[in-house]
Amino acid sequence: MPSGQTSAPTPVTEAGTVPTGKPARRFDPHRFGPVVGLVLLLIVGTALNPDFATWDNMMNVLTRTAFIGIISIGMCFVIISGGIDLSVGSMAALIAGGMILLMNALAGSVGSPVVVVALGMLFALLLGGGFGLAHGYLITRGRIEPFIVTLGTLGIFRAVLTWLADGGAITLDNDLSDAYGPVYYGSLLGIPVPVWVFLVVSIAGAVLLNRTAFGRYVQAIGSNEQVARFAAVDVDRVKLLTYGLLGVCVGIATVLYVPRLGSASPTTGLLWELEAIAAVIVGGTSFKGGEGRIAGTVIGAVLLSVISNILNLTSIISVYLNAAVQGCVIIAVAFLQRRRP
Amino acid sequence: MSLHVAFDGITKEFGPVRVLHGVSFDLHPGRVHGLLGENGAGKSTLMKILAGYHAPTSGTLRIDGEAVTFRNSRDAEQRGIVLIHQELSLADDLTVAQNMFLGHEIKRGWLLDDRAMRDRAANALRQVGFERDPDTKVRELIVAEKQLVEIAKAQLRNARLLIMDEPTASLTPSECDRLFGLIDRLRQAGVTIVYISHKLDEVERITDEVIVMRDGRFVARAPTAETPRQRMATLMVGRELTDMFPAKHSPAIGKPLMAVRGLTVPGWAEDVSFDLHPGEILGFAGLVGAGRTELFEGILGLRPRSGGTVEIEGRPVRLRNPREAMRNGLTYLSEDRKGKGLHVTMGLRDNLTLMTLRHHAQPLLSPASEDRALEHAVANFGIRGNPQGTASSLSGGNQQKLAIAKFLEPDPRVFVLDEPTRGVDVGAKRDIYFLIARLAAEGRGVIVISSELIELIGLCHRVIVMRGRRVAATVPADRLSEEELIAHAIGTDIGTHTRH
Repeated sequence: MPSGQTSAPTPVTEAGTVPTGKPARRFDPHRFGPVVGLVLLLIVGTALNPDFATWDNMMNVLTRTAFIGIISIGMCFVIISGGIDLSVGSMAALIAGGMILLMNALAGSVGSPVVVVALGMLFALLLGGGFGLAHGYLITRGRIEPFIVTLGTLGIFRAVLTWLADGGAITLDNDLSDAYGPVYYGSLLGIPVPVWVFLVVSIAGAVLLNRTAFGRYVQAIGSNEQVARFAAVDVDRVKLLTYGLLGVCVGIATVLYVPRLGSASPTTGLLWELEAIAAVIVGGTSFKGGEGRIAGTVIGAVLLSVISNILNLTSIISVYLNAAVQGCVIIAVAFLQRRRP
Repeated sequence: MSLHVAFDGITKEFGPVRVLHGVSFDLHPGRVHGLLGENGAGKSTLMKILAGYHAPTSGTLRIDGEAVTFRNSRDAEQRGIVLIHQELSLADDLTVAQNMFLGHEIKRGWLLDDRAMRDRAANALRQVGFERDPDTKVRELIVAEKQLVEIAKAQLRNARLLIMDEPTASLTPSECDRLFGLIDRLRQAGVTIVYISHKLDEVERITDEVIVMRDGRFVARAPTAETPRQRMATLMVGRELTDMFPAKHSPAIGKPLMAVRGLTVPGWAEDVSFDLHPGEILGFAGLVGAGRTELFEGILGLRPRSGGTVEIEGRPVRLRNPREAMRNGLTYLSEDRKGKGLHVTMGLRDNLTLMTLRHHAQPLLSPASEDRALEHAVANFGIRGNPQGTASSLSGGNQQKLAIAKFLEPDPRVFVLDEPTRGVDVGAKRDIYFLIARLAAEGRGVIVISSELIELIGLCHRVIVMRGRRVAATVPADRLSEEELIAHAIGTDIGTHTRH
């Protein structure tokens, strides 16, 4: 190995060793902060209420985390690339409304409720992906700030859903509800289906981010878009795909969410954008982009659910203040991150 | 009233990188000092310490015998020390008078006293020979006028020591003459001046003595009259120039590797044509703003083109982005290493393989394969530093070697390097020159855009000089000289400009 060319003394232990492929590990508060926070919360929860540390309650928390968690995985890609999507809550509501209307309409002509539900689920994923690509297209080709584009669609999606529902709720037909129910209420090996899906999406997200060219490009663009552009990265395509990916994640989350209540209303998915972005930031991803972790995001999402669960089980702070607590957490975490170079 | 400055063992570190290694020398009152050194020698950093923009890591700065610590540039201004920036620091949308009093406004009660400020500004401007209305917006001024405003502003603060960093970089010869006249008057008024420039003829003309720095160290000082230009250049580089550069091998004559015809990048380059042959090192010289960088950004598809053709290896190509350029065998390393060349917060390996990730994906990325590429590049390009660290942990020279390695990963036939040795120490410079020669010897075509004339002369087979968006001349190897290149770059007749 090295190095016929080096003329000055070389620190052999550094330049002479074979790179192991792992970054130098020291204690990094941004990596371990969320884990420490979660452990502390679990201890607090256990101390406050004996029902907290039960299998049923834990599975309940994880099931409720699944929606936000899956969206956060997609959001993680968008934020790492330097973007943002404020519309995910409204998008989920409109996808929910749309798929319910479609399934109700198909129920008459297609015999099997299972087929109808399958078609509805496929429609939800396509619709989510389509919305996401539309965002990406406006942002890259239209050269509009992601904040503005998704602020606009935040309004559009929810208003269209409200209009479709005529201000009320869109409700899934009963026999379809029965066929669809297991997607939320069912479980496999004692673990609820949404938790399995969350697990699969998380693993897929981690592989995509850390082990594929696409993931590396996402990080490179967020770290410095110009450098990526000069290094022959197709910046627009990669950004477009991150929004498409997030849209599909919102679709998956909606597919899991609809059988829970069997309806969509103007309040469906309200403030999900806050929770999803909070989960990503709490998980140690830099809001400036470039750096982020799927595992951290998953922990961030679980942490936020645990907070809400503790509020539900205890009466120290009103459960109505849930979003306020989440808001405080995200501001506090951003405060701790502020001095990062 | 002049002031005496003494640097005593000044060191400065940015993170792990030490850019000043215990610099000690004095600046004498009322004299014009030429501060010489190559890019990365530490001149600008030292002057920023003097002007209060940086604090030294260790060492003492003495003004008239008294040790001082400046917290910011305002503290330095209080002592009469003003740095006139390379990139002039005026707010475009404010008027000349408003700029001159920015942060030092004259007030009557709570309100601004515009009339007093305008009168005092007009007075100071007259003294430096600025003839326009102080209510003119700075946006409407040309560079030379902005410079006068900066100097007038310094005078307004009773500057006793003026630091000028490359003040003539974008001035015409007559504007330069006017500036030199002003410097002379300031000297007679007792102002101490530090003049940083790469143009040795100017240094010879207006300075009383020269101070040379190299690789963050003080090297020599001498009266200007006793130091021929050749000697200045040798002191700056630290070795005989003949030893800095590899021998030139003549490139193959035959079909060009790349042919550009009539290329126009609106606003930046007009009707540019040139050929590049296999094995050739082709230089691009010109003043700042002559359109060299923008020409190549246009070729790469990063700026709109309005006409012209590009052929690579005989095939016409229409490149829309750097990705298509790479696929057609052309890569371009920007002059802006931190802004366009490297992800400084990312690791060495991730930087190196970014352009060629497909080679390491099957379909999942193989860290082992990427590590092998890094190992190979570290050995092949002599990159010294911690392979597990981030790119920002490397010194300037090693960052540049990493950047060169990165843009060579796709194995381009044509490699364009923009200011390849900016911010690089002398040893790394020599390594880079030999590397460029090696790339050419392998049969690639190499284009070097540079503002360092010594570099173009020592390295290139031919140099194209651009002036005002157009190709002004193509100078063959046997006629390469600083005088020739400068004459074409600023557009003076060569007979009257050169001084023998």
